[in-house]
Amino acid sequence: MAAKATRRTRARRPRKRKKITARGTWSIADRLGLLLAWATGIFLCLVAFAITIYLALKGIQYINVEALTTRPEAGADQAETGGFLDPILGTVILTILGAAIATPIGVGIAIWLTEYGRPTSLARFVEAGIEIIVGAPSIVLAIFGLLIFQSSVMSPFSFTAAGGEVFGRSFFAAGAVMSLIALPFVVGGTREALNSIPKHVREASYALGKDQASTIRRVLLPSARSGIATGSTLGMAQIAGDTAVVVVVLGASLQLAPEGSIPVIDVLKGTGSTLTSYVFSNSPAGEGNAPEKAYAAAFVLLSIVIGLNLFVNRLTKRGQHKWD
Amino acid sequence: MGLETADEGRDAAEVGIPPIQRIVVDGEIPPVRVAHQIRNGVSSELEEQFVVKQDFEIPSWAEERMRVESLGVRFGQKEAVKDVSLEVNSGEVLALIGPSGCGKTTLLRSLNKLVDLTPTAVRGGRILLDGKDTDLMDDTLLRKQVGMLFQQPNPFPMSIFDNVAYGLRERGTKRPGKKELEPIVVDALERAGIWAEVSDNLNHPALSLSGGQQQRLCIARSLAVRPEVLLLDEPCSALDPISTAIIEETIVELKSEIAIVIVTHNLQQAERVADKVGFMYLGDLVEYGSVEQVFNAPMAERTKDYVRGDFG
Repeated sequence: MAAKATRRTRARRPRKRKKITARGTWSIADRLGLLLAWATGIFLCLVAFAITIYLALKGIQYINVEALTTRPEAGADQAETGGFLDPILGTVILTILGAAIATPIGVGIAIWLTEYGRPTSLARFVEAGIEIIVGAPSIVLAIFGLLIFQSSVMSPFSFTAAGGEVFGRSFFAAGAVMSLIALPFVVGGTREALNSIPKHVREASYALGKDQASTIRRVLLPSARSGIATGSTLGMAQIAGDTAVVVVVLGASLQLAPEGSIPVIDVLKGTGSTLTSYVFSNSPAGEGNAPEKAYAAAFVLLSIVIGLNLFVNRLTKRGQHKWD
Repeated sequence: MGLETADEGRDAAEVGIPPIQRIVVDGEIPPVRVAHQIRNGVSSELEEQFVVKQDFEIPSWAEERMRVESLGVRFGQKEAVKDVSLEVNSGEVLALIGPSGCGKTTLLRSLNKLVDLTPTAVRGGRILLDGKDTDLMDDTLLRKQVGMLFQQPNPFPMSIFDNVAYGLRERGTKRPGKKELEPIVVDALERAGIWAEVSDNLNHPALSLSGGQQQRLCIARSLAVRPEVLLLDEPCSALDPISTAIIEETIVELKSEIAIVIVTHNLQQAERVADKVGFMYLGDLVEYGSVEQVFNAPMAERTKDYVRGDFG
């Protein structure tokens, strides 16, 4: 029936016939390949949705106002261990701190690489450095960071024990290490945005008698704004999801433990936890052994990261079609 | 390279090339002046049949603004412009025509030293602006006096007002405020013929305008810094016919105030807007003369073939 219909269309419309024969000549291997491509694609979607839905089902039933607003406590029973307000705050503080350190540095590196980039050997060296940071496992960066922040020079950034030994673990220290994780994303996003600005836009600024510095400040940076925002948001998602740095450099106190008496600074100098370390310590692998809370916290973390990624999608869409 | 040409320029000045005096005009009518003989348009490197040897005079109302003296530009090994000399006069539109890659854009970009931004570019010869060697001038000062418009409309990602005010805002502690700038911005927008369309939304982003409006905004942006010369690099090639017509009208209106040099591939456009035409071929200025002469009675064979449409 269907074959008949196609034959009739063939007779009437020669253009369509061409398309049909092109498909018809596909060999068995090609068809199998196409099928596999479809199957793998769908499989990936299924895995992603399974994770989200499973976590949502498991997590949502334990999420309530109390869990989100009470501080975690030490206790033998799950009923006594409280909620995870502090880990949420910890994640937010660490993410913002890390991005705040990484963004200006990353934008600076990107501007230097795209607009100056001389001598070429140094530019290549900087690019290689960024590649190394991208490739380094976060636990390596964490150990390195701990080493730095335990030196006595860095004592203002964390708590110093009575014996004069620097503890080296604080939001400051963890934020600094986390900024390394976010840095390549900021550099990448900014470079891409700067490279997408046509040459004639820079020249238009020079043609008005402006030098390179004011061109960068007044024209290029505003044009690259959405690229910079995209880069730092992607970096924030990385920071929010990292565990190794938190465990090593932030310390393992579940509650925020301020250090000193200056507001805000005391929190940053102190230790704490984030959602990732909370999930780890409450999972069967950790010591807390409160899987319900781990699920709930994991779901909150996943929502934050997905939210950041959706935000990136919106940013990239808005940043397109300027000149050209 | 910059230093070398600077020295050459100083030497030449000592030898005694008379400085060009600017004549300040009272009233509306520009002074009548016999134009200088056209020694240019002669290129020794072309074959005999293409070369115009005849000297002739064009009565001119024009006032010389820029003078290009045996300009040569190389990009690495490639010679883009070979020994070109010509004048740019105020009250006139000079159109540079020629096939692609003949060096007309390079010549144009040499006039505001934008070509120096290309790392491989080497430039020789002299370019004078009101009798002053441009190589001895600060780049930023020169570019304020010689504005430029590009092929693609390229307003900056800021408001319409800020785009026009961009060139006026200097770096430093005493930045002019919005109130001081407003009359200049409004004037520039009026002269570029776009004021009526944007007067109500000066704070809207410039990139929300249509292509033709963006290009006219770019004209306003250049005019705001009060240039003496305006360079146009195929300003209409990305625009529709109606926008093109409006821009051409604007060009003709502006020529009473400033000197205009336009590079164009469109011969009809050159005929419509230009007073003088320079025809370039493979880096040589083959012919330079009034628009009637170049289009109706071209002297060189090459020019004849090109304006007739035989190649290009």
